[in-house]
Amino acid sequence: MQNKNIFLRAFNFYYEGFRSMTLGRTLWLIILIKLFVMFVILKLFFFPNFLKTNFSTDEERSDYVIEQLTKPNN
Amino acid sequence: MTEAFDYSLIDWSRAQFALTAMYHWIFVPLTLGLGFIMAIMETIYVRTGNPEWKRITKFWMTIFGINFAIGVATGIILEFEFGTNWSNYSWFVGDIFGAPLAIEGIMAFFLESTFIAVMFFGWNKVSKKFHLVSTWLVAFGASLSALWILVANAWMQLPVGMKFNPETARNEMHNFWDVLLSPMAVSKFTHTISSSYLLAAIIVIGISSWYLLRKRHIVFAKRSIVVAAVFGLITSIFTILTGDYSARVVAQNQPMKFAAFEGLYVGQTRAPLVAIGVMSTSPEDPDNENIKDFVFKIEIPNFLSYMAFQDINAFVPGIRDLMEGNEKYNIPSAAEKIARGKLAIDALAEFKLAKEAQDQAKMDEARQILDENFQYFGYGYFVDDPSRLVPSVPITFYSFHIMVALGMWFMMFFAIVLLLVYKGKISQSKFWLTIGIVNIPLAYIASQSGWITAEMGRQPWVIQDLMPTMAAVSRLDTNAVITTFILFGVVFTTLLIAELKIMFKQIKIGPKQEGGH
Repeated sequence: MQNKNIFLRAFNFYYEGFRSMTLGRTLWLIILIKLFVMFVILKLFFFPNFLKTNFSTDEERSDYVIEQLTKPNN
Repeated sequence: MTEAFDYSLIDWSRAQFALTAMYHWIFVPLTLGLGFIMAIMETIYVRTGNPEWKRITKFWMTIFGINFAIGVATGIILEFEFGTNWSNYSWFVGDIFGAPLAIEGIMAFFLESTFIAVMFFGWNKVSKKFHLVSTWLVAFGASLSALWILVANAWMQLPVGMKFNPETARNEMHNFWDVLLSPMAVSKFTHTISSSYLLAAIIVIGISSWYLLRKRHIVFAKRSIVVAAVFGLITSIFTILTGDYSARVVAQNQPMKFAAFEGLYVGQTRAPLVAIGVMSTSPEDPDNENIKDFVFKIEIPNFLSYMAFQDINAFVPGIRDLMEGNEKYNIPSAAEKIARGKLAIDALAEFKLAKEAQDQAKMDEARQILDENFQYFGYGYFVDDPSRLVPSVPITFYSFHIMVALGMWFMMFFAIVLLLVYKGKISQSKFWLTIGIVNIPLAYIASQSGWITAEMGRQPWVIQDLMPTMAAVSRLDTNAVITTFILFGVVFTTLLIAELKIMFKQIKIGPKQEGGH
């Protein structure tokens, strides 16, 4: 029986698609591990945003960058 | 002023960015090109109704899927690096980068993620035509999302459409269309995507050649070769035409890079193009170790002048003209640009002091000096060592010539393959099938060489004439950068091994037998 609800049909489309994957399961596992490594490990521990972490306002950030651009040996 | 910088930190930061960008670029071009190849194959399937074409399409879709899955989001690391390692640069570029990257993110997410799902899950669930449209949209979507990052890169090579705000130290976009449609953006996008399409065609022919050499999936392999060779021949011609246009744009806007392409030390009219050359290991100029003379070269007379300005009598400035200036051709010297750059930097410092003192008259005066000299802002950092304005000529020269030579070779190869197909001899031509496999790594070397040419050749600039690499980098601990460099090396190498392992396994299995739609 055909379900008329478009959202349910879209959900079923994805659900059936994911369920019937073979190679896709391995690929999704790689994608998820990769995203975890990137966003949780790399971003949090190794790649803080330098200006956002060290300064609280845009004015402070501007001042710092101008300082860096005009007096780089400071 | 150059002595104020920690070159160890700068070099490691550059190495880290280069490593991530080059690894990212291993995955991208195949996605861009294979999307169109499989869309063409599916179109043939829909038009003919022949299930063999569906089998062919599905196999290349699997290869596309593996490459897409491994490569997706690897570019995000570059964005992390902008914020962490290149914070001065990120701040300085302001919203110029923000707008294109945001559009790319939205486009990539909605267009690709929606239609990729239909493409992979939709066989036998949606109509043939809707499925075909989805496949084409995935192909176009991938190229369109590449457009925005390439526009951002082009802006770095030719900063236009913006105004620098000294109050915030940021560049503000004044004309989006100038940014989007600058000659550099047009040439970068068209040349990059066409060369990516070419690469994908080489991969398809290479894998199909392997099947033919093993006498497996003969029909599948021959048909794949026909589509890829036609697609490859068209796109390789397009790549050469866009490459030619790109060279003209570089000659006009990045003359130092253009001189480095050809190892041209002294400018000349009727300048010859070095077709093949070997550079000396000893410097031509004792003051600059980046400049090397040739120990051997074969030249094409007048061709460089023609390539740069479409006039064989045109003067092509050499590195010496750009450093020492050339009054006859109205080329300012590096010293003049450095003096004006220093004025601009000092004016920015004055502006800040005047603003703090709330002295409007001094602010206006400083702003005027800054505006008048801003086009040379970055040169002000080279007061102590102007020789750093010259990129590494050997790296630029060799990478440029490798890219051009391989591009020409691939065009000839596609023509030869089509001739063999036409004569019905492709499956017996063991030599050319073997060459087809050998071409796979060569295509990646050509593709990476293109980026090395573009990025090494524009050194020392991160933004042409405005911001040198050394002023762009964040003041981090060098050891932290080395640690992340190693970390990336491990992560990306693992991803690459995973991709190759999965891909080789699927190639070994080959296309699956199945019925029609």
